[in-house]
Amino acid sequence: MSAIDRTARDMPPATPGVKRIAEPRADERPGSNYLNNGYGWKSWLLTKDHKRIGILYLISISLFFALGGIYAGFIRLELLTPQSDLLQPATYNKVFTQHGIIMVFLFLVPSIPATLGNFLIPLMIGAKDLAFPRINLLSWYLLIIGAVFALGAMMYGGVDTGWTFYTPFSSTYSNTYVTATGIGIFVAGFSSILTGLNFIVTIHTMRAPGMTWFRMPLFVWAHYATSLIMILGTPVLAITISLMAFERVTRVGIFDPALGGDPILFQHLFWFYSHPAVYIMLLPGMGIISEIISTFSRKNIFGYKFVAFSSIAIAVFGFLVWGHHMFTTGQSVYAGLVFSFISYAVAVPSAIKVFNWSATLFRGSISYDTPMLYALGFLGLFTLGGMTGVFLAAIGLDVHVHDTYFVVAHFHYIMVGGTLLAYLGGLHYWWPKMFGRMYPEGWGRFSALVVFVGFNLTFFPQFLLGYLGMPRRYAAYPVDIPAFQVLHILSTAGATILGAGLVIPLIYLIWSLIGGPKAAGDPWMATGLEWRTASPPPTENFHETPVVTWNAYEYAPQEDMEVIGKTSPDDKPDRSSYSGA
Amino acid sequence: MATRVEDSTLIPAVHDTHANHRVAHHDPHTEDASGHHPALQHHFDNLEQQRDATTLGMWTFLVTEIMFFGGLFMAYTVYRVFNPEAFEAASRVLEIKYGAINTAVLIASSLTMAMAVYFSQIGNRKLLVAFLGLTMILGTAFLGIKAIEYSHKFAHNTYPGAVPFEVDHHVVEEYEREKGRPFPDINRVQMFYVIYYGMTGIHALHMVIGIIALGFLTFYGYRGAYSPEYNSPVELTGLYWHFVDIVWIFLFPLLYLIGRH
Repeated sequence: MSAIDRTARDMPPATPGVKRIAEPRADERPGSNYLNNGYGWKSWLLTKDHKRIGILYLISISLFFALGGIYAGFIRLELLTPQSDLLQPATYNKVFTQHGIIMVFLFLVPSIPATLGNFLIPLMIGAKDLAFPRINLLSWYLLIIGAVFALGAMMYGGVDTGWTFYTPFSSTYSNTYVTATGIGIFVAGFSSILTGLNFIVTIHTMRAPGMTWFRMPLFVWAHYATSLIMILGTPVLAITISLMAFERVTRVGIFDPALGGDPILFQHLFWFYSHPAVYIMLLPGMGIISEIISTFSRKNIFGYKFVAFSSIAIAVFGFLVWGHHMFTTGQSVYAGLVFSFISYAVAVPSAIKVFNWSATLFRGSISYDTPMLYALGFLGLFTLGGMTGVFLAAIGLDVHVHDTYFVVAHFHYIMVGGTLLAYLGGLHYWWPKMFGRMYPEGWGRFSALVVFVGFNLTFFPQFLLGYLGMPRRYAAYPVDIPAFQVLHILSTAGATILGAGLVIPLIYLIWSLIGGPKAAGDPWMATGLEWRTASPPPTENFHETPVVTWNAYEYAPQEDMEVIGKTSPDDKPDRSSYSGA
Repeated sequence: MATRVEDSTLIPAVHDTHANHRVAHHDPHTEDASGHHPALQHHFDNLEQQRDATTLGMWTFLVTEIMFFGGLFMAYTVYRVFNPEAFEAASRVLEIKYGAINTAVLIASSLTMAMAVYFSQIGNRKLLVAFLGLTMILGTAFLGIKAIEYSHKFAHNTYPGAVPFEVDHHVVEEYEREKGRPFPDINRVQMFYVIYYGMTGIHALHMVIGIIALGFLTFYGYRGAYSPEYNSPVELTGLYWHFVDIVWIFLFPLLYLIGRH
């Protein structure tokens, strides 16, 4: 009980400078933490510590992200001119396929859950580790083995099917390394399944005394919902990819209509996983936004239970909308109507989240630190991405913009504007916890703005391109429609800015590991359990098992504190000022 | 039954909430020295919490397995609806006696597995090892019968990708005599066999994994690792074994019995 400092978290930050370079608190024992507990390669590659495994994931997915980004760069460069000049069309097909496969299966799906989720969930619920530490390590190795197959296939010549592997092209006609890539995705999928399984069991059975379901941070709720999708959806992808590879190898009809198979069945099975997979990528990001917005507004989240249950609702609805990817296939029109209607329904829990975040901001004591800038960016971009998703759920409009850049822009607003911004925001927010060092705030804010501007310049023109009829996945486009090239040039220019905006954090975050000021246990004066231990945390997370007696976001509004004159860290607010909040 | 023991000693007391797990806390470095069960992993507070976690983990894993087989059941359903006649004709080609014997063998192995779990709970090491061994023997018998059945099919070129794909001509003649119409398109029949080999093959793979797990249990059980306080590995392997058994209970009628009414 003594480990929990209830007074520190009740205090608002005095001045922006003080909270960032605060001295370690008295209860933080100096010395051993998870980072300095062993230095050999074995202590990392054979570790069972969820925090170290989180760091392993962080390093590997950063590499994958950089690789996927390089492919994106080639796509944007090729599209500067209407002719297919930088890349041959066949090469271009491989380039966008590799971009998609790397970004989806090797970056977005593991990104937030496997790094931040892995690192934070045990800390947030007061556990010593995830329920199955060895399985946790295994899941990292599975991701790496999957990546070896996928990237190995890429080095031998790559795949040109698109990340969707539509049959019969993938199973019959494509003359590229489909099977090897399929094996990679199959194996990486098991990494995802095991991570989800570990989270579910941990959240059910490892919570600290007093950590009830409705005291859990919304980050944990979001990961619970994500894990449900991981365990229910991913096995179906595994069997679908296996059947596709089986048809490819044995030439027996499963999906190829020429052999008596049904290509639509492949699409049904594929999207049964791959639509919910969108929520695997997005829900953890939403969890991060809930944390950041309440911390930097100094306010309890508005409608905690609604935000928590909307995550579950999104996970459930997410399994019932896959057919909206197939409005232009031979799918039954009546099925299409039902899928269209349920897709609209997903907007409801998503909107609940956006409204509740906005209501949390209302009358909050908002500070514009880097994580908050990313969170506010998320709020705007996710709303735009989500609203265009409602367009695409409408069958008539979808038939018009199907397979155009409108769709590309839409899902990049969700995946990059949503997930990537949330991931970067979360990375900055928990960076001091993970490494015990602060990043340079000025550079952080600057790069957040650069990313926001670059992102919008990259992808907003693509909405217009798509609406004008520019199809996706083409290396060339007509010269006689000048708008096409103008918009493509804008998009490529934006991509350059976005790329620069992503290199800046890479540099200063690595620099901060050595040069950054030491971070206190709770540099943001946040309420979560992860801030009640040292930065970086000791190997066993907490020196004493915490006992939780407060709700997730019990922030005292700054005005109240100022009224009673309690603004200095040395001047502890009394109980009445806290409970009156 | 060798000994009757009060129920309360068979099953560790059900605790009320997880909140109570952690009140009594020990320094992790001294846990083993301070009389903790050797099977208790360091990140759990006590054996009950560990048992809760591993049990939920196994159930969650079985859910993923259901989804995994679910994709195949989906493919089966779609193609059977598309090709009802070919599926019924293909099903007649399978030899029902092997399927039926194997069903009996598997159900018997589920019984012996349940007995093994029981004897691990009351701490009867000898019978635990005996029933684990019996379960392994039955599991291996299942695989042996399955292998014989596969080899018969391979001998008639009845496997996907065979050149040419064929089925036993006696069955074809009998079918045509009985139904008064030609045997369905052989390519559609072949699709049935894609699903047949896919499902029974993955099922057999699960059996092999189960038998290996039983081998470890037998080894550790013989050395006395399991007791009334700690027997989750036996219980969890039991859950897995019953799951694999239930999958077969679905496969048998769907694959063997649809063409025989």
